Amino acid sequence: MSHAEHALATPAILREVQPAVLPRAVLVENNRGFSWITDKICGIIEGKTPAWWWVCFIVACFIASFTVAGLTYLVSTGVGVWGHANPVNWAWDIVNFVFWIGIGHAGTLISAILCLLRQKWRTSINRAAEAMTIFAVVCAAIFPVFHVGRVWYAWYLFPIPNSNWIWQNFRSPLEWDVFAVSTYGTVSVLYWYMGMIPDLAVLRDRFEAAGHKLRSFLYGLFAMGWRGSSRHWSNYEMAYLILAGISTPLVLSVHTIVSFDFAVSLLPGWHTTIFPPYFVAGAIFSGFGMVLTLMLPLRAIYKLEDLITQYHIDCMCKITLATGTIVGYAYAMEFFIAWYSANPYEGFTFINRAFGNYAWAYWIMISCNVITPQFFWSRRVRRNTALVWVLSIFVNVGMWFERFVIIVTSLARDFLPSSWGYYSPSIVEIFTFFGTFGVFSTLFLLFIRFLPIMPMAELKAVTPQADVHAGHDQH
Amino acid sequence: MAAQSHGLIATFETPVAVYHAAEQVRDAGYKNWDVISPCPLHGIDKAMGLKRSIVPRISLAGGITGFATGMTMIWWTDAYDYPVVVGGKPFFSPMFAFPVSYELTILFTAFATLIGMFLVNGLPMHYHPVLKYPKIKRGMDDTFFIVIEARDPRFHAANTKALLEKAGGKDISDLEA
Repeated sequence: MSHAEHALATPAILREVQPAVLPRAVLVENNRGFSWITDKICGIIEGKTPAWWWVCFIVACFIASFTVAGLTYLVSTGVGVWGHANPVNWAWDIVNFVFWIGIGHAGTLISAILCLLRQKWRTSINRAAEAMTIFAVVCAAIFPVFHVGRVWYAWYLFPIPNSNWIWQNFRSPLEWDVFAVSTYGTVSVLYWYMGMIPDLAVLRDRFEAAGHKLRSFLYGLFAMGWRGSSRHWSNYEMAYLILAGISTPLVLSVHTIVSFDFAVSLLPGWHTTIFPPYFVAGAIFSGFGMVLTLMLPLRAIYKLEDLITQYHIDCMCKITLATGTIVGYAYAMEFFIAWYSANPYEGFTFINRAFGNYAWAYWIMISCNVITPQFFWSRRVRRNTALVWVLSIFVNVGMWFERFVIIVTSLARDFLPSSWGYYSPSIVEIFTFFGTFGVFSTLFLLFIRFLPIMPMAELKAVTPQADVHAGHDQH
Repeated sequence: MAAQSHGLIATFETPVAVYHAAEQVRDAGYKNWDVISPCPLHGIDKAMGLKRSIVPRISLAGGITGFATGMTMIWWTDAYDYPVVVGGKPFFSPMFAFPVSYELTILFTAFATLIGMFLVNGLPMHYHPVLKYPKIKRGMDDTFFIVIEARDPRFHAANTKALLEKAGGKDISDLEA
């Protein structure tokens, strides 16, 4: 629209009233141009591998070996090496599964849901957040596959003809989980890859100009011959929007189906309709905790303050605060309904969680999940990056304990006191779980070394320099 | 072979310049031409006269296929081929079949979208005359180009060059095929 057309379209009343024009937050500070953005992101990949990267990588691989060792020992010896015993036959394995899947959900929220909500500040963090999702799903998937005992039959979960000529039970949420988690992992990889295509083309051309034929070939292979054509961008943007649109119901459904693993049972503390929204909110909460844990050091090490600005940190803290408050509200509601239902088993379960033999876990959960995020109300706290990072670690710890409290307390003390028991993890379980942090870190370090950690094309698109109607700020 | 030309390419420094130039090329009636940019430009579709993308239709087809596959697979395995009694629950119900079918809908939609986008864009195409242009690296970085192909019926070496110059294009060069 030209200036003249704009003037005609504006109703007279607006010129009289003169509404205030709120300044939009600056998404890329210091007025950085396109080539600064390209050089900054590509510079990380093109430069020599820094020494700190090697140190972190070796440590991460070492920790990842705990998982490899733990799983090898498990498969060769049997599920008895874990601490599972009647009545608690789901414990750290399922806690870890739900924990890692929950972390993955923030990545999809940032990529897909914030895209649909037109929150442009997502652009600097969405690539790394999606990578976090994929690696979290990899860590999560380890547990349901290996907790079955006879892992070599794990393919029986899929509707492929087997020698017993029997099919899967599609009435069970455990089977729904198979499809949900597989779909989530696959769609996340597709969305992440598609987002990278234009950036891989940038790297292809830069490496070719610098004379690195092999690297140019490898990046070029996956860049699919992208040449920046606007006709291609048109279809690409449409595909991106569609993937964002389907990833949104996907992320909501995946954790809902995971919550159904518990909600469709009859155990007090599990059999409740609050689980789907409660789990989804909790997943987003824990995921944002992990996003902050990863992004803040990355921002400091690579000097990305102009791209991940204080505004970005503020937004992430506020979402963490909001979802943490929802989780706190859900805790209160569960307690209320347990009392209001007049169901003696339900009432006992919640008193037991707070004051029984797992009370220590319960109060860690409450302090980390309900109290810690409330600090983010304060602007001074949000501006203190080191403090935000420490609080994000507490959020991660608290959310692990939430899943532990839900799963283990309801199993340890259910209907019949003669069946009650106390569960402790075995050393194998502990090492296997901590090793998954090594698996995650190894994959994430490889990602930041070889792939563009931010979507350059999307970042450029949200800068004022990309506006085709320069001077009109209606967009 | 060197004599054959793919077309002309002109350089523009800003999105505003390439936007207005695109409008002029569109109004001149060219059909086989393109704008090269490092990021999607909001509004360039209209300036180029592009129609809405057909990728959503491919996605929809994928989604419908996914849902039908899910429902059919579950009905066939659980209610027809080998029904197993589980707690007296029905052998088939759209209710319990829904979660898996819903996930398959999303999965098939995602594949259809990505593959559909590649097909409509004609990718992968690792070799293209535009990629041979020495300055194309800046088209991925911070510069904009307009390419008008020689196979366009309105293409005429001198006139097209004049149009691009009038529209503000710099460094107008010949692209070898």
